[in-house]
Amino acid sequence: MIRLLSLACCLVAALPVLAAEIKTRDRRSGFDFMTPSSQDMQRDDMLNPGMLWVLEGEALWQQQAANAPSCAGCHGDAKDSMRGAAARYPAFNDRLNRPINLQQRINLCRSENQQQPAFEPESRPLLALSAFIGAQSRGLPIAPPEDARLAPHLENGRQFFKTPMGQLGLSCAQCHDDNWGGRLAGAPIPQAHPTGYPIYRLEWQTLGSLQRRLRNCLTGIRAEPFDWDAPEMVELELYLMKRAAGMNIETPAVRP
Amino acid sequence: MNLARLSFPKTAKKGEIIEIRTLISHVMETGYRPDATGKVVPRDIIRRFTCHYDGEEVFRADLWQAIAANPYLSFTTVATKSGELTFTWEGDNGFRHVESGTITVT
Amino acid sequence: MPMPGRTRWTRRETLAASAAGAVGLLLVRPSWGTPDALAAAIREFTGGATLQRGRVKLDLPPLVENGNSVSVTVRMDSPMTAEDHVRALALFTEQNPQPNVAIFHLSPRSGRAIVTTRMRLATSQKVIALAQHSDGSFWSDQVDVIVTLAACVEG
Ligand code: HEC
Ligand code: HEC
Repeated sequence: MIRLLSLACCLVAALPVLAAEIKTRDRRSGFDFMTPSSQDMQRDDMLNPGMLWVLEGEALWQQQAANAPSCAGCHGDAKDSMRGAAARYPAFNDRLNRPINLQQRINLCRSENQQQPAFEPESRPLLALSAFIGAQSRGLPIAPPEDARLAPHLENGRQFFKTPMGQLGLSCAQCHDDNWGGRLAGAPIPQAHPTGYPIYRLEWQTLGSLQRRLRNCLTGIRAEPFDWDAPEMVELELYLMKRAAGMNIETPAVRP
Repeated sequence: MNLARLSFPKTAKKGEIIEIRTLISHVMETGYRPDATGKVVPRDIIRRFTCHYDGEEVFRADLWQAIAANPYLSFTTVATKSGELTFTWEGDNGFRHVESGTITVT
Repeated sequence: MPMPGRTRWTRRETLAASAAGAVGLLLVRPSWGTPDALAAAIREFTGGATLQRGRVKLDLPPLVENGNSVSVTVRMDSPMTAEDHVRALALFTEQNPQPNVAIFHLSPRSGRAIVTTRMRLATSQKVIALAQHSDGSFWSDQVDVIVTLAACVEG
């Protein structure tokens, strides 16, 4: 954080604020900014540690809950039932009357359809199920739902992305729209596309969600992160997915 | 849950050199890292990996903290006869995980 | 030898160190390994036998994005027969808090002397590979690796 702080200061002083969105044809996954060695690690399932969580998620998918069906008991083979599911979340939930992300959707099934306590945010079983479900959308384009009720939330997410914040007064857009391809402390600045989540991040040495990743960028610019699954965070996720619509899901991706 | 993934050819010709690849979930806690409260997290690593081919050891690795979390290993062996390949990971805190698979040699 | 709480595997230490002035494209970080510890680890592997440069080959990417996981391959050309084979391949680091990385025990049943794994690198440093041949000779190779760091990390 200290390192980012000092560099980010130079960045603010030196870089123009363009505030232009990335053209569709210029969009690139974080994958493209990685070294060949990290790319191999993602591409080859035997090298990709994220596949261990996919495997674990598959086991959980089959696991009988106490006095309730397993996920498979209701949904059957995830290859069919969950194909494309991760590509369309966050989606609007009628009962909660707001958008929810995939992890929240899984937890709804957990509490309502299995009568089990919800998984903790960022807990291993929740990540494993998300990775397993996410992997069923590998190679499919991100397809945010065409749902008018999402529009105001999408707009909130867009504002979040563009508003300078934190002690450094930086916006997400300043780095990810205006200065992608540049470098920060030697690390390339990617375009912040949520194509690979949950990801195996080498920095974490484990699998983590999009929200964990966003929290890293928030603390990086010395902004207060919201609570896990706070509506603001889900709206930001929603905007990122919309911004990446049509790009292919890579779950579980590897990132430095 | 400690899960592992294995990859090696299901069939091979006698005398053929085959590549074996393994991946296992394990934190490989170094024993040098302080937690949020500043207390050092005790070491918790896999210290030894062995591969047996029909009961005979054909590969062994002694591992230290410098092996990355969720250890990956690839190595080779000669396909001698049809049989079972057994993989054993052992480490701190009584950690032990065994996986196996069969190979048909023609 | 390693002092608890003073290793690169603690992010806070690293950041404090970089804040102390070493901010650049590559961060210069303090190291904790000592030449004595490395020499002792190598001696334990070789039993004091003379080391010769060559024959064994170490492959690492010259530039890595994150020292937490670096792909490494060590190999030696050998017919792997009963008379002429590689007994063991070993990896060491110069500046990790613990010089040993791994020792791989091979035999003619290996068919080939080649092993790939993933290792941690505390900082930019030298990685050393050694091979023990069945004729009793020991061979070495070494590679300098530059480690960069992720930018947005957990505070
Ligand atoms: C008792 C049956 C039942 C069980 C058990 C169950 N679900 Fe569901 N699940 C449903 C129903 C019904 C829906 C559709 C709800 C809706 O559309 O409002 C659903 C929807 C979903 C969705 C959204 C799919 C999409 O295409 O939008 C996901 C993801 C999901 N479940 C995951 C899980 C997981 C993971 C488990 C196990 C932890 C699980 N479910 C257990 C009945 C169940
Ligand atoms: C000071 C520049 C900077 C700012 C401001 C910033 N980020 Fe980042 N972000 C980065 C860098 C650099 C990375 C690449 C990973 C790394 O090295 O930390 C990254 C990575 C990401 C990723 C991962 C992309 C992938 O391929 O998986 C996402 C998503 C992201 N940022 C979103 C955001 C959001 C949302 C905000 C605003 C809350 C934000 N970032 C603010 C610099 C920044």
